Amino acid sequence: MKLLTLNFLSCAVKTCKTSPLSFPLHPKDAELAKDDVEPNPDLLTNILPRLDWSALRTTAAELGFPDLPETAPSPEELVEGGKTVQDLHELLMETQIVEGKLVCGCCGHEYAVREGIANFLLPSHLV
Amino acid sequence: MSRPEDTLSADVHYDDVEARKYTTSSRIQNIQASMTQRALELLDLPGPSLILDVGCGSGLSGEILSAVPPDEGGPHAWIGMDISASMLDVALQRDVEGDLLLADIGQGVPFRAGAFDAAVSISAIQWLCNAESSETSPAQRLARFFGGLYQSLKRGGRAVCQFYPKNDVQRQMITAAAVKAGFGAGLLEDDPETKNVKVYLVLTVGGDATGGRDITSVVEGMEGVDVMDSRKKGTKGGKGEIKKGSKAWIMNKKEQMERKGKVVKASSKYTGRKRRIQF
Repeated sequence: MKLLTLNFLSCAVKTCKTSPLSFPLHPKDAELAKDDVEPNPDLLTNILPRLDWSALRTTAAELGFPDLPETAPSPEELVEGGKTVQDLHELLMETQIVEGKLVCGCCGHEYAVREGIANFLLPSHLV
Repeated sequence: MSRPEDTLSADVHYDDVEARKYTTSSRIQNIQASMTQRALELLDLPGPSLILDVGCGSGLSGEILSAVPPDEGGPHAWIGMDISASMLDVALQRDVEGDLLLADIGQGVPFRAGAFDAAVSISAIQWLCNAESSETSPAQRLARFFGGLYQSLKRGGRAVCQFYPKNDVQRQMITAAAVKAGFGAGLLEDDPETKNVKVYLVLTVGGDATGGRDITSVVEGMEGVDVMDSRKKGTKGGKGEIKKGSKAWIMNKKEQMERKGKVVKASSKYTGRKRRIQF
């Protein structure tokens, strides 16, 4: 699962919907892999305003990546290209969580990730 | 036409054997491909976008989303949800580019608000109409799905869901659930009145940039599309027009009572007039 997806996922448990703690999900015992993905700067520019930058920083820190800058890069920086785009592309698109768990910060529910697929099936009493 | 959703739930029906059969059948591949192309045409995405594939299965539709050439606004990134582990397993073996998620769409869409540019769903949402348990009903599952989908799309986003309604009741149930969730909804039928009819539910979130709010603005300028709008126009002739106690209102009431078979006094020019003020 790409880190991009993780930046959009929130806890599916009904009682967590209103809690700000349910996003982002915290990776636990994560096994990472790097895939080669064709860079697509237009896509990044499109997604950038919708990224939750502080959540991305938290995730990156939890996975042990070097610290990200305080604020998100501006669209102009992305258009220019160079290292910012390259770094962002590597982090969001190429880094994959292959095995591990995603933990909700509110209810503590653990979503298992196996072979890159997160299991979001819930028992019916949590829906 | 066989309807597997009548007998089993999706995760049980699509086991390893069935998933492989489904994915390797060239006929299904062709149909899925053409429907995905049509959905993309309806979405009319301006540039590379993030798309949610609802009921992605083995990634037949996702492949096409990743393969859109740059001059047509692609390639898109996509995230797929499916309830069948076997289908996702086939998708893994086929090495699709999108991210996959094992989730039940009837339990909602676990993404934060405004995450996606668009959503597609190919031959999936009719499965929501069959809930074989006492805990959930089809209406509840539809409501959760459309509610979640509405939230996870950005304002001005669109969703196109191709589905196979069993009958008019199901069709009505699905569109009503979508409208209730807040979508501007409309149905597009390809090859109507034939065996190969394809029904697309076109959903819009909020007004889009062109000012249109629903399907009629989506299909505007497309070739070979007849618009049939059965919605009521304006408020003319509505109930609010007639003032309570007015002559028209009284006449209306008298007519109603007469239809019911009650004894009604004859109408004259004095009917409904005010009495003169008594001394």
